[in-house]
Amino acid sequence: MPMETVFSVKPFLAVLVSLIAIPCIISSRSQNIRESWTFAAAFIKFALVLSMLPLVLNGGVVEYTVCQIFPNLGIAFRVDAFGMLFALVASSLWIITSIYSIGYMRHLDEHSQTRYFCFFAVALSATIGVAFSANLLTMYLFYEMLSLATYPLVTHHQDKEARSSGRKYLLYILGGSIGFALPAMLITYHFTGTLDFTGHGVMAGHVTSGTALVLTLMFLFGFAKVGIMPMHSWLPAAMVAPTPVSALLHAVAVVKVGAFSVVRVFTGIVGIDLLAEFNIGTVVCVIASFTIIVASLIAMSQDGLKRRLAFSTIAQLSYIILGVGLVTASGMTGGMLHIAMHAFGKITLFFCAGAIFCATGIKNISQMKGIGKRMPITMTAFFIGSLSVIGLPPCGGFISKWYLVLGTLEAGSIPLLVVLLTSSFLNAVYFLPIVYNAFFCSAEDSLFEPERKEPPLYCVVPLVITSICSVILFFFPQPFLNLAKMAATTFLGG
Amino acid sequence: MTRHLPALIIVIPLLAALFTAGSGWINSKAPFRIAVAALFFSFVCAVLMLIQVVTTGIAMEYRMAGWAGPMGIVYVIDHLSAIVLVVITAVSTLNLVAQKKNIDAEFNDKEGAFNALYVLFTAGLIGMTATGDAFNLYVLLEIVSLSGYALIGLGSRRAPLATLNYLFLGTIGATFYLLGVGYLYIATGTLNMAELATIIPQNMESGVILFAFIICLTGLFVKMAMFPVHGWLPEAYSQATSVSTGLIAPLTTKVTVYIMIRICMTVFTPEYTFGHLDISGFIVLLAIVTIVFGSLSALAQTNVKRMLSYIIIAEVGYMVGGFFLGNRLGISGAILHIINDAAMTLALFLAAGIFIWKTGGESRSDLKGLFAKMPFTMAGFVLAGLSVVGVPPTCGFFSKWYLISGGIQAGNTLFVAALIFSSLVNAVLFFRLFEIAYFEPFADADSHGSNHGSHTHGGALAIKEAPLDMLIPFLIASITLIVLGLYSGTIVTNIIQFAIPTGVI
Amino acid sequence: MRDSDMESIFALVLAKANYVVYIILMMVGLYAMIVKNNLIKKIVGMSIFQTAIILFYVSIGCKRGATIPILVHHASPEAAAHGAEKIAAHAMEAVDVAHYINPLPHVLMLTAIVVGVATLGVALALAIKVYNTYGTVEEDEINQQLRSG
Repeated sequence: MPMETVFSVKPFLAVLVSLIAIPCIISSRSQNIRESWTFAAAFIKFALVLSMLPLVLNGGVVEYTVCQIFPNLGIAFRVDAFGMLFALVASSLWIITSIYSIGYMRHLDEHSQTRYFCFFAVALSATIGVAFSANLLTMYLFYEMLSLATYPLVTHHQDKEARSSGRKYLLYILGGSIGFALPAMLITYHFTGTLDFTGHGVMAGHVTSGTALVLTLMFLFGFAKVGIMPMHSWLPAAMVAPTPVSALLHAVAVVKVGAFSVVRVFTGIVGIDLLAEFNIGTVVCVIASFTIIVASLIAMSQDGLKRRLAFSTIAQLSYIILGVGLVTASGMTGGMLHIAMHAFGKITLFFCAGAIFCATGIKNISQMKGIGKRMPITMTAFFIGSLSVIGLPPCGGFISKWYLVLGTLEAGSIPLLVVLLTSSFLNAVYFLPIVYNAFFCSAEDSLFEPERKEPPLYCVVPLVITSICSVILFFFPQPFLNLAKMAATTFLGG
Repeated sequence: MTRHLPALIIVIPLLAALFTAGSGWINSKAPFRIAVAALFFSFVCAVLMLIQVVTTGIAMEYRMAGWAGPMGIVYVIDHLSAIVLVVITAVSTLNLVAQKKNIDAEFNDKEGAFNALYVLFTAGLIGMTATGDAFNLYVLLEIVSLSGYALIGLGSRRAPLATLNYLFLGTIGATFYLLGVGYLYIATGTLNMAELATIIPQNMESGVILFAFIICLTGLFVKMAMFPVHGWLPEAYSQATSVSTGLIAPLTTKVTVYIMIRICMTVFTPEYTFGHLDISGFIVLLAIVTIVFGSLSALAQTNVKRMLSYIIIAEVGYMVGGFFLGNRLGISGAILHIINDAAMTLALFLAAGIFIWKTGGESRSDLKGLFAKMPFTMAGFVLAGLSVVGVPPTCGFFSKWYLISGGIQAGNTLFVAALIFSSLVNAVLFFRLFEIAYFEPFADADSHGSNHGSHTHGGALAIKEAPLDMLIPFLIASITLIVLGLYSGTIVTNIIQFAIPTGVI
Repeated sequence: MRDSDMESIFALVLAKANYVVYIILMMVGLYAMIVKNNLIKKIVGMSIFQTAIILFYVSIGCKRGATIPILVHHASPEAAAHGAEKIAAHAMEAVDVAHYINPLPHVLMLTAIVVGVATLGVALALAIKVYNTYGTVEEDEINQQLRSG
């Protein structure tokens, strides 16, 4: 398929839109005007991303160089199928999360909302920047920008707990990126002379198998946002953030940036051929499997709803890594598709958790018996979200799990198939009881207000939207499925 | 006209210093104005010379009083000196303009003296950078040192003692350098740098030249606060007034590094320094110790200025280690870091100056709640801190890029590890400060509101920024960090590349 | 054997006497700067240290049998009649560099002496300030005051 390359400033504009909105947000006279700036930026961003979709679906690529810093390396953007997939997810979900944020923050009368919305905008800029990066330097730049922009969001409440969680956050994320990813990037540049993401990776022929393995692992643990154990502890700690922050950033943007970055580096820098040739893919699969199983087990023991969701996310992220590590077409398609499917499912779950907190002030699962009678809509959405994460039809998560399972069969690896099936089972074990308890147990009236009270409308509408999307994605997984398949074909050497 | 720029750039400040001192008796506002005018004029000269050198590619040579070298004293402006001159003049002008309020507060009846010392110090630095004569360098080095001693000595109650210590060590350093020049003169019969560079390669076996090299280098190490002769720096810089540190901290150590590069690269030639001598490995090791020691010591400080001083010591280790790696990437990194570190240090100490002006205290805990009170200042401070840590797109990331790449190319894993370690420690250092500024409520907020952190919506948290004439230059300095970062490649390809002799790979 | 060794060392020291002297002076100065407690003594040590270097420079310009580097003019009526240029020309031809000791180190050291004096002045001014602040110029007493104060 001929690769049509278009040079357009759109990728750069998509990144800039939310940054430009910041002065407007800061200087807004009223809350409503301020929120409308956020929406304006979100819609324009989504529109820009969407406008490039037809071209990419046809096999084209959009490129734009912002500036050349070194002779052969600079800040540059390149929109291909994989980047488009992630950007679509992130930008569409920003719109929905903004609606949710309004409901949540206003209902709880949170402080410093302007600061919140500003840094949210920066975080989304950085996310789109990572999605559209053409080389490792640009991606590293936006990765760090995201780490720093999300710190004020995670530590929003500015209390003791936020402070120590913030430290953990920085320790793992900055420690990983400066301590591992940066040297790995420079060593790669030293050996290969380039950091551009190319279809088959740049390392082939320049490094020995030992060096390639070490560099791959340094990238894997360096991009700590992907939550591979032992670089995972920041994620449960970051749950002190307000729920919309947890929802978008930790179910979609931050952790998905980590997964995206790792996959990008594995495919564009290390190269699938090298992963297969030196059996690095196998090592990656083993590490990912370990994380999947252990995280799922820990999730079962958590009583805090958000913490359980956090450990579930850690496991789900490793699915993505596992998918790529399988180095087969279906495996990679499944892994990349999971970025989208898991996003919609998980964000529904977080929205529900926040809605429950908003309406009742409850954070622990053990106190959620009978809550389904109070908030039927919310808990139904929760049920749909958990189906998607477990990977059962009729939710989108089933499709990505299907491809992952196919991938393990293609790779001929029965142990990995067992890992996938076991973790799906464990997912069911720690999600379904919540739903069961919510609907089928008697309410402990002393915990709730007597009359039925759904959370504020601004909170309920988004979670309904995302849960419906999860279902729709099962029936119509386009364009995500097509994008994932296209990307897999490119990386595998079509 | 441009022919005379190399002379004008040093003569005007020297004369201005004289006028500044005198005018202090006539009018109390005049010294400051004359000083700013003179320094700005020098800045313009430096920029013009840089443009000329870059566009023509030829170094400018100026014979003082018409005497041709090697008999006379010759001033040479090549790529390296041109860019360092721009840095010196820019930093000194910006610092003077930014800290006017601090000057008025601290030197109320000594404007003439202070401004004269300030201009004299800068004039000395300019001369040190531009000169092409080894002994002239010593003279100007001592001018800089003496003005520096005086500037620092005018500080707090403990300043005179700290300055005396600095004076003793500084004199030892400068005198060692002088001794080295003496031996060079014995061996070669000339003091002109260009001429030395032609004679030394023919006499590489000479023990005299070896001794000269070692003792010159030792003297310079004392003056730039390498481990283990760094002891004077933290005391001296932390006891001085914020204006003085704002001038001295970004410049002294960096220009001394420049002199080291000039001596080792231009005078002694890379073939001798890296090829013939076998001490590069030892010096890189010394640099590594400096980096680790500086970073760890900074962790232990509660006083903000002392912490910044130890960071400066670590940064000196970066530059010396990068240079003595001996490859083009490392040397480019070292030279780029001279520029970047001067900018970063200026931004940091300007921020410290604003903090001291605002809160009156120098300790970490005085930063409480400043994110809410002074968001713009803190934004600039965050940028400067991130640059020290090495986060793109600030300039600190790119000089680290070159330094680490140089270390990888030279196969010196220990140096790379030290740089990464130092970046991580810097992250801890700065985020500790950011935490205090972000999480703790502002010092004079009501205590009953402090339980909820910043939940109180009240007048105590209304933004009260630093005065504009302090804020604007500071923000200019901070934004320069990003501009420098994005233009790193351009700077290296157009300027630094030509500063390194072609033989170095 | 040992006698001839001693003799050769003695001869060496005598031949390079200026180096030996300056090194000794330098060590004395450094010793004073580092070991002595009294600030004034340290300053004196610094002065000795700098003077050692000055001595070294001046000594290297010396040559055996050479005279001080001041040009001697042969004033004669004819020369006066022929004008100033001729005097200069006569004077120039008469100069034989080997007869004069090297003036350049002397000139350099004039500058260095000035620098030394200025440094001494600044150091003493600082010492006065220290004395006014702490009431003593003994370093250990000052440190004690700092630790307790």
